[in-house]
Amino acid sequence: MGELIAKEKEVVVPGEVIAKGMEYLPSHGTYRKDENIIANRLGILFIDGKVIKTIPVSGRYHPRRKDTIIAKVIDISMNGWRVDTNSAYSAMLSVKDATNEFIRKGEDLTRYFDIGDYLTCQIIQVTSQKLVDVTLKAPGLRKLGKGRIIEVKTHKVPRIIGKQGSMVSMIKNETKTQIVVGQNGMVWISGSQPQDEILAIKAIRLIEEQSHISGLTDRISELLKKDNKKKETKTEVKTEDKK
Amino acid sequence: MSNNIAIFNDYLSKGIRFDGRRLDEIREVEVTTDVSKTAEGSAHVKIGDTEVMVGVKLGLGTPYPDTPNEGALMIGAEFSPLASPDFESGPPGIESIELSRVIDRGIRESKAIDNKKLCITKGEKVWMVLVDIVPLNDDGNLLDAAGLGTIAALKTTYFPEFDGVTVDYKKKTKNKLPLTKEPIPLTIYKIGDKLFVDPAIDEADYYDARLTVTSLEDGTICALQKGGIKPLTTEQIDEMVALALKKAPEFRKKIGGKK
Amino acid sequence: MAYTKRHDNRKMDETRPIEAKVGVIKRAHGSAYFKIGDTIAYAAVYGPRELHPKFMQNPERGILRVKYNMLPFSGQGDRVRPGPNRRSKEIALVTQHALEPVLNLEDFPNSVVDVLIEFPQTDAGSRCAGICAASMALADAGITMKDLVPSIGIGRVGKQMLVDLDYYEEAYEEESVADIPLAMIPTTEEFTLLQMDGDVTKEQLKEALILGKKACHNIKKVMTTAIKQKFQEGVKKK
Repeated sequence: MGELIAKEKEVVVPGEVIAKGMEYLPSHGTYRKDENIIANRLGILFIDGKVIKTIPVSGRYHPRRKDTIIAKVIDISMNGWRVDTNSAYSAMLSVKDATNEFIRKGEDLTRYFDIGDYLTCQIIQVTSQKLVDVTLKAPGLRKLGKGRIIEVKTHKVPRIIGKQGSMVSMIKNETKTQIVVGQNGMVWISGSQPQDEILAIKAIRLIEEQSHISGLTDRISELLKKDNKKKETKTEVKTEDKK
Repeated sequence: MSNNIAIFNDYLSKGIRFDGRRLDEIREVEVTTDVSKTAEGSAHVKIGDTEVMVGVKLGLGTPYPDTPNEGALMIGAEFSPLASPDFESGPPGIESIELSRVIDRGIRESKAIDNKKLCITKGEKVWMVLVDIVPLNDDGNLLDAAGLGTIAALKTTYFPEFDGVTVDYKKKTKNKLPLTKEPIPLTIYKIGDKLFVDPAIDEADYYDARLTVTSLEDGTICALQKGGIKPLTTEQIDEMVALALKKAPEFRKKIGGKK
Repeated sequence: MAYTKRHDNRKMDETRPIEAKVGVIKRAHGSAYFKIGDTIAYAAVYGPRELHPKFMQNPERGILRVKYNMLPFSGQGDRVRPGPNRRSKEIALVTQHALEPVLNLEDFPNSVVDVLIEFPQTDAGSRCAGICAASMALADAGITMKDLVPSIGIGRVGKQMLVDLDYYEEAYEEESVADIPLAMIPTTEEFTLLQMDGDVTKEQLKEALILGKKACHNIKKVMTTAIKQKFQEGVKKK
């Protein structure tokens, strides 16, 4: 008979024996050694019937096809732009994937995107040698305007977005900011006031730190409301001063 | 990047920083001493998420011919790639050289260490004070952190036992390093007409000019270093020095100095 | 006088006290602190990241690059001259070879994983502490690896075999001393580091490996607990 050694939803460490017995099957983040299923990546343990897998709790972004990411233009060549993807591999945005406009050969490409610009783009191809291509030709993809750029832990991205985007929508509404979250952990925040952007960043940082503790949505909404109230009191004081 | 400098200017014009601080607000400062048993004195300084370690070794040496009855000070800094993805292995780069020289100058020019007390045999044998600065995590403003750490480490430096021939580093005596003053550097950054202090790493590139002002407890200025490509007017220098002197006590109180 | 009782009252097969922690260097992708007795190691991991110069890239897998560095004030005697020397280069190489067998960098062709190890104070056993810190930092960085790599020095003072010599024992003058740093993959009980200074008999070496195995299994437990602590702290608080 097999035996489960580690507990579900707990953190397992490389080299840790999770289960004993041939009936268990190793999936993501685990491997079999004789009778044992062992973790080969730091992660949270999930058991689906007899299938054992872990979800990472750390690590850099790894480019995947169809991911929407925020990338930074780092170089310009004859046929397009090289962008940094916040991973081990940079990506190529070729002229044909950038715009429907006709761009003459040899034209000054900085007219479109310059070094240092941030783009929200989609990965269309990752080769075995990790050559990565991105495109801007899909709804919502574009050059990002004036706004703060921060980096978050990639495995926290789903929590920052929330179910059907609920978390990020709440932050956007409460702080009156625009937010774009890239799968690669880059986040763009743009508001009309610095305080709004700072509050949105504060909320995102809180999710990053505490996403594994239950009651997260309440705490975030509390943080956002409390700060809004503070702002109101401040404005009141100011108006009194004027009187 | 030009994008971000515009935002930074916008923030500063509204009196606020990227992390919500005021322009003249220093992040939380924490100083721990005696962090290395093998050093004769050591300190670990945290300013926000910036962390720097400083160790002092005392070694025997020969005095310089022009100062036969004085010991000597040597300050080195090595920016290990441990502390930042932007640091590379290899010999000290220009930034770490500038950092160690600015800190060195403050201590040397204020005569903070009584070098005559480091003399063992005139013209033959003196104590050398060897300071090494190592960033552990670079989140901006390494220089101020290193300067504070250097004084904290020197303040807690004790001579090892010495029988006239060899040094027994295993045994520390109760004799303190003769540190008579505590010069502390503080850097003021200027962009446009705005001044700010203690930049975090995401603000660190956005300045026209910076001025490191090393001062003593009584407000005496004992070293200056202007950095950045833009010039400064007399009024601007006045303003920057005034701000540096106003903020210096915040660092000083962390190493037990008067407020 | 025969060394029959350890100067710090440890048992013959007992390591010095160990403190371990991960996530100590914020900017790194993974990091760790490992203290054994008075030897302290910090390790930071950066990567996988782009490797320059290009000719060093391996199209089949990511490569591991290790730097071992004693800080100038970390030695038992005079200041250590900063910068790489023959000793630190050799230790970096054997550290790399100690860690590589557990790593799976096939998903990261042409990239590099950098491991930087620094010591603010040492009291013997620094390469072993460095390997422990490095393998914890690699795990913290989310690198795929089939096991942690605990490492320890086994020694002989006179006829007595000992676990984890400190500097006093390594420099013991009244009897001859041998020092055998080793590292092991606990899951398979294979050794990935094995060096020796001094001399031993065939039988003594065998005993050393047995002692080493036992100590490595124990150290792995300490490392595992320390890594879990970082990621479960929040869960427990609530």
